[in-house]
Amino acid sequence: MSKNIKLISIVLFALFSFFILLKGLDKSNTYSPSIDKSKIDFNFKSKYLFSEKEVFLNELLKNEGMTLINIWASWCLPCKDEHAYLLKLKSLNNLNIIGINYKDNEKNAKKFLSELGNPYTNIITDPNGINSIELGAFGVPETYLIENKSKLIIKKFIGPIDDKSFTQLTKIIQ
Amino acid sequence: MNKMKILLKLIIIFLLFQNFSSAETSQKVDKISKNLRCLICQGQSVYDSQSDFALSMKILIQNKIDEGKNDEQIYDFLKNKYGEWIVYDPEINKNTFLLWVLPLILFVFGGILIFRKVSIK
Repeated sequence: MSKNIKLISIVLFALFSFFILLKGLDKSNTYSPSIDKSKIDFNFKSKYLFSEKEVFLNELLKNEGMTLINIWASWCLPCKDEHAYLLKLKSLNNLNIIGINYKDNEKNAKKFLSELGNPYTNIITDPNGINSIELGAFGVPETYLIENKSKLIIKKFIGPIDDKSFTQLTKIIQ
Repeated sequence: MNKMKILLKLIIIFLLFQNFSSAETSQKVDKISKNLRCLICQGQSVYDSQSDFALSMKILIQNKIDEGKNDEQIYDFLKNKYGEWIVYDPEINKNTFLLWVLPLILFVFGGILIFRKVSIK
């Protein structure tokens, strides 16, 4: 009798572990902090692209409406894919789009923009990736929609903007 | 001549000291980055990883140390940006309760088992 109980409990324990591991496999591996906590301090200085002047990011946010912050680089292929969406957003809503040029060189960035168009109101640089970490970013491309008044991140897209995220964005902005 | 000697000694001491202090901060960077999870690489710490994210993170930690921030402040800063998950040392809360308590329960349970076996004999 007690042998049976032992066997059953071992089998149950094995099943229990199996399902926990199975559930773990299903879970997405990229972790991002909950959006409601994402109040970001935009108070960091950075150099403009194509100029030697420096600026604090929060000076580039307007007082009302929303701002889109997009982290991009000329060497990043998915950034090319999402570029058309950024141009569309610009023309649709006359949105304030701030670009953060991530670990890039000026020549390539200039070429990228002259080939594909420039959706950005302002572009600041991030030569060693520190500014992106201030925003809580993982890499390129990444996009944040920010409500200017509260300085809160309303929506965050890790990876390139696609059809789905584009419609989400236009809905929120309008 | 004597003055030159003193000057030379001073320069040597200065250089030695500078080397020493930079070694100290880089040790500190290593220590902190070993406790941070590289969020975009599987199963690596920021210290181990050579990804863009990890490299930037190390520069950032270096800067924060130069600004005079202590370890706790740096961990808090990063937890605020990336959440609890970035540190390898999870806090006790609703989600991690079992993680902390289970070993204790197993320990007590094992102790009881051993105690019973011994006392039966």
